[in-house]
Amino acid sequence: MPRQLARRILPHPLLTLLLVAAWCLLQNHLSLGTVVFGLILGLLIPGFIAPYWPDRPQMKKPHLLPGYVLMVIWDIIVANCNVAYIVLFRSNASIQSNWVLVPLDVKTPEAISMLAGTITLTPGTVSADLSDEGHALLVHALDAPDPDAVRDHIKSRYERRLKEIFE
Amino acid sequence: MTMDLFLEGLVALLIVIGGIFTLVGSVGLLKLSRPMPRLHAPTKASTLGVGAILMASMVLAFWRGEGSLHELLITCFMFVTAPISALFIAKVHLHRGEMAVAPPHPPKDDVWATLDTPEEDLDLRKPGETPVTPAE
Repeated sequence: MPRQLARRILPHPLLTLLLVAAWCLLQNHLSLGTVVFGLILGLLIPGFIAPYWPDRPQMKKPHLLPGYVLMVIWDIIVANCNVAYIVLFRSNASIQSNWVLVPLDVKTPEAISMLAGTITLTPGTVSADLSDEGHALLVHALDAPDPDAVRDHIKSRYERRLKEIFE
Repeated sequence: MTMDLFLEGLVALLIVIGGIFTLVGSVGLLKLSRPMPRLHAPTKASTLGVGAILMASMVLAFWRGEGSLHELLITCFMFVTAPISALFIAKVHLHRGEMAVAPPHPPKDDVWATLDTPEEDLDLRKPGETPVTPAE
């Protein structure tokens, strides 16, 4: 019973923490007042959205997340330079845009949305759609003569790590 | 003194990098000829372009002693929202089916989520109109 009560008041404890931190950053000033108001927001907002987000996301190894984020930032920088080269110096006719089909091993919605977000943020690939039951991701690549290589790269570099973190 | 010079140089460098990548993103929007490849241009401008300019702003603010972490928050919001707008633009293109190459068929499932019309909406379609189905 106390567990259920705690679940009702705090459906997403991490979201509550995140909202308090975001509120303090928005105010740009740390005082008791901002923390208390952040806490009020952090208690109200998760309560309102709990019906739409019933399951608490499970993170098996959250300590791997910062490393993943740093790796993605590095990849964004590298890919930016590649795409800039393609845009500036290659003719439209020689750019081979292709659809890439990524079959998914990750099952949780949070992991899939992280993967889709990573793919879009890395320049050169945009995740375009998910299949209706969530077993595959449709990715559009700006320049991919070999779509299978892009698929393997996404699966081995991002999905494997996300699977480790979330599942 | 040397510290001032170094930080000034760093801020200038970051602004120039941000400017270059934003410019490349805009050039890409103009140059690429089909809608799906064109979608790749703004993702570049919104990540490294805006990111570098925000970094410059943060370095400058801390150097002057009026540091703020707003830029960090802007970066986070941008990283969360940019993929969503890109996803929706891509979904519109899928819906309209005006692509040079049709997307492949999903391996295990029936159809891509965007093209999955609920059954009660099927008879709303005008007579003679065919659903957009991706090529096998």
